Formats: sequence, structure tokens, C-alpha cells
Amino acid sequence: MKKTNNIIGVIVFVAALLLPVIIQAPYQMHILILVLIWAVMGTAWNLLGGYAGQVSFGHAAFFGVGAYAAGLLEFHLGISPWWGMILGPVLAALVSLPIGLICFRLRGPYFALAMLALGEIFRLLFTNMESFTNGAKGILIMPAITDKVFYYYSGLLMLLVTVLVTTLIVRSKIGYYLVSIREDQDAATSLGIPTTLYKNLAILSSAFFTGLAGAFYMNYVAFIDPHIVFNLTSISVMLIMVVMLGGVATTWGPTVGAALYIYLGEVFRTTLGSANVLVFGILVCLIIMFLPNGIVGEIGMLKQVVTRKKTSVKEGI
Amino acid sequence: MVLFGQTVICGILLGGMYALIAIGMTLIMGVMNIINLAHGSLVMVGMYVAYVCFTQFGIDPYLGMFAAMAVLFVIGCLLQRYMINRLVEVDSILPENQVLLTVGIMLVLTEIARLIFKSDYRSVTTSYSSQTMYFGDMSISVPMLTGFFIAMLFTFLLHLFLTRTDIGKSIRAVAQDRDAAIYMGINSSKITMITFGIGSALAAAGGSLLLPLFYLWPDIGHFFTAKAFIITILGGMGSTMGAGIGGLVLGIAESLGATYISMGYKDIVGLVIFLLVLLFLPGGFRSLAKR
Repeated sequence: MKKTNNIIGVIVFVAALLLPVIIQAPYQMHILILVLIWAVMGTAWNLLGGYAGQVSFGHAAFFGVGAYAAGLLEFHLGISPWWGMILGPVLAALVSLPIGLICFRLRGPYFALAMLALGEIFRLLFTNMESFTNGAKGILIMPAITDKVFYYYSGLLMLLVTVLVTTLIVRSKIGYYLVSIREDQDAATSLGIPTTLYKNLAILSSAFFTGLAGAFYMNYVAFIDPHIVFNLTSISVMLIMVVMLGGVATTWGPTVGAALYIYLGEVFRTTLGSANVLVFGILVCLIIMFLPNGIVGEIGMLKQVVTRKKTSVKEGI
Repeated sequence: MVLFGQTVICGILLGGMYALIAIGMTLIMGVMNIINLAHGSLVMVGMYVAYVCFTQFGIDPYLGMFAAMAVLFVIGCLLQRYMINRLVEVDSILPENQVLLTVGIMLVLTEIARLIFKSDYRSVTTSYSSQTMYFGDMSISVPMLTGFFIAMLFTFLLHLFLTRTDIGKSIRAVAQDRDAAIYMGINSSKITMITFGIGSALAAAGGSLLLPLFYLWPDIGHFFTAKAFIITILGGMGSTMGAGIGGLVLGIAESLGATYISMGYKDIVGLVIFLLVLLFLPGGFRSLAKR
């Protein structure tokens, strides 16, 4: 079982490396890069939301901070926004500390709502601080590199690093602590796990990689405004959708979800015209109703059902 | 002083109408224990029903409101029965599934509205749209005042319904303890369905009252969802009276913020109050009353 998984992994990795050789149309490359950005964000969200069970409706805050860190470097100081790839994630992680301090006093739906409110506060702040962020006009930069293949490989590298680090965290003792917090926080506390500390660690790393994706987005798309990067529906909520679609608390679920989300979005846009979001919304409803643990999550369960092993769906590792 | 009075009155009137929307949300939250993020889009659908009544048949929004409420009651019942209820038994890693389903419903409703009505900004112009009354030096817009009083009337009627009728008492029983309610012979799934319907109908009522005041476009739902859940948390989940007071507080706070800080920051004022209440008064205003 594990061996076949490894072989599949190697094949997919080689295929991902060779893709730019086969596909050369800029449009296809653009779609692939978007998939990579969403996959990084999804993987990052999954660490906090999937493994630790702290569903955040405000990850747009970290994404936006990462993107603005890169954009403002260029806008105010004239420094290459690529330095934002370092500054962005660090700033997002720093921002996550007070956020964690505030929001981890709350649990379950209250945590979700507090994060939602914080995400919105960030959007309003960045819209209103016009002298610093250029307000709703947004930031436009002239990208130094326009070759899409370069962005593809850096995106791929970013995704690999993100998945590697998250997997390391999840496979280590910390990962088990996080899952135990998700399953029963009181029981975890009574076993002597410092739950607040580990939840803060989870949001810290989650914010770091979301900020990284944000900085990369700034470099690639070269235009941001508060309503794009801090958007509640099209970033925060869609991010949750992507992870749910692919599979919560699975290693590759967010990546699968990101690919599906972007590709289905494009297919619907070209074939259905203005009804594309409608069809996507219906699809989301159907998937949540019939595949509640996402595609990757349910594949594992189906396999176990087929091989008649004793199932424990909730394990999630 | 006139400016201050004007600001507070404006806030109270608007807050009263927000409260009606939030009461719908808090009813659903109390009985089903879920955050209904589709609530704002139900408001939006209600507004469109009232809008169509006005433009096609010339029915005044205050009468079209009843048509909107009937339509939304049916939509709410169907949504609960065939979609959200299905998830109650499903076993999944994250319990937030139902919340996400309501997000999916929100997407679908918004996009259906966009498909039919396009993204154009629409508004209803009635004979009283721009009328104002003077109260000393302070001017009060007539549609706001009418909307406020109708909203208060509805809140009062709902209160009577919840405390005096059998269905109302069953709703409160299910909200307090579902299992105990079932032992008492209450058909809890039917009650849940009816509650969702009533919540949606109240959303439609609130929307129709705001129709003469607001521009209408498909994405306006997000705005109402945000307002409604802030008010719901302010008042305490599941508390009708709390939601009423929460609505007034939010209305006044935003109105003061808009006048004395700046128009752009007025939404932040509401969100900051929301966070503070979440942190330091997690039971909402209801818990103050209990002390």
C-alpha cells in the first residue's frame, strides 16, 4: 500500500517537473501557477483548520499581509518585491501572534466568527489607510520577470517546501497534539498538553505559508487591492471550500482541491458563461452533502471499506 | 447637540431594522446550533421578491413584504428539510460542515439572482422615499421611521408567538434541549424546519423594509450576513430580545462612528465591538440580564 503510494508520488512529481516542457501555452501555464498558489494556501490552512480543528474564516488577513508586504516594499522603498517573499511570510507570522492570542480564547464557531471579524477588520484597515497602502486604488508593480515557466517552478518549489514542512509537523509529536486538540480539547488539556501553545504554533506556521503564497501572488499577478487579497468570499471562504473539496486533514487533499477548484472554475467559465459560479456553488453543496470529508478523505475510507479493514475515519493522519 | 441627536436617532432606526434580520438568524442559531451564513442572501432574495412586486405589479414594498415573507418561508423550509438537515447525521472530521453548506447555498442564491437580474444596482422609488419629518431641528426620513415601527411590531408579534402559542413554545423547547423536547412528544424535525422558515421570512421582512432605503444588487447579501451575525453575538445566541437590543447598539455605534470618526471606519467600529463582546461577554447582553 505504502509502496504504491510512493510510486504514484514519484510519477506525479516527475510529471509536474516535465509539465512546462509539454504545455507551452501561456494560458495553461497561468492556470497551473494559480493552482500552485491555491495549493500552498490550502495546505497552510489545513494545518490549522484540518489537523488542529480550528476553522479559520479569516485567512485572507495573512494572505493580504503577505501580498502587501511585497507590494509596499516596491511602492514605498523601491526594493524588489522578491524580498517580500522573505518579509511577507515573516510579517504574516508576526501578525498571527496577537491574533492567536485574542482568538484562541474562543472555541468552535466562536473562533470561526472572531477570525472572520479580524479578516474583515484587516480589509477595512488596508482600504482606509490610504497614505500607507494607497487605499482602494491598490498597488501596481512592473514585474521584472515575465516568463511563466520561472513562476511555475518557483511555485512548485514553494508547494513542495510547504507540503514537506507541514508533513514533518504533522508526523511529529506536535501533529498528534494538534489532532488531539481537534478531537477533544479538554481531554488533551487533562493529559498535560499545553493546548494554547500548540494552537499558536499551528496558526504561526499556517500564517507563515499563507503569507508566502500572498507575496508570491503579488510578484506574479503584479496588482493587488484590498478587495482582492482581503476578500472574505473569494479568499477566506473559498480557501475552506478548496480544502473541504480535496480532503480535510490529508497531505495532498488541499492540492487536489486547488486543482479541481481552479480547473472547474475555468471550464465552467468557458462553457457556461455567466452561470459559472452558480454551477460551482451547486457542486460545492453536493460535495459537502455527499462527500463530507472531501475527495482524498473519502478515497481512503472507500479503500478501507473495500479491503474490509476496521475503519476509523476520524483519525485523519 | 443636534448632530448628536440626529446621529443617535438615525442609528436607532436603522438598528431596529437590522435587528429584525438578526432575530431571524438568532432563531435559526438557537434551534439548529449553526451559523447560517446564507442569511444575508435570504434577505437579498426577499428584497428581490418585493422589488419584482413593485416594478411588475405596482405593489408597495410594505405590502410586497408579505409576498416576500411567504416565498422565503417556503424556500427556508425546503433548504432546511432537503439540504442542511441531511448533514446532521453525517459523520465528518470537522463539525463546521453545515456552516460551509450555508456558504454554498449563499453562492447559489447570489448567482441565481445575478443570472436573473444582472449585477445592476436597482432601487425602488416610492412617493414617500425622500420625505422627511422634522423633530425640532432634527430631520427624520419617513421610510426609515415607518420601517422601524413595522420592525418593532414584528418583533413584538414574534415575542407573543414564541411565548403564547404551542408552536412557539415547542420552538423554545427544542432550542433549550432537543432530546428533552423529543421525550415530551415534540416533533423536533418539523419544528426545526418551521423555525428555519420563520427565520427566513423575518429576513425577507427586514429586507423589504430596507428596500426603499438601500440600493439592491445580488452581493448585498454579504453585508446583511455580517450585520446579522454581529448582532446575534452581541445579543447572545438564540435570544430574541438580546438580538433586538444588539441591533440597536450596533446601529447607534456605527452611526456614531460614521459621524465622529469617519465614514470608512464605521464598519470597523461594529467589528471591534463584536470582538470585544466575544472576548469579555461571550454570552452577549443576555448574560447581563441574567446576573
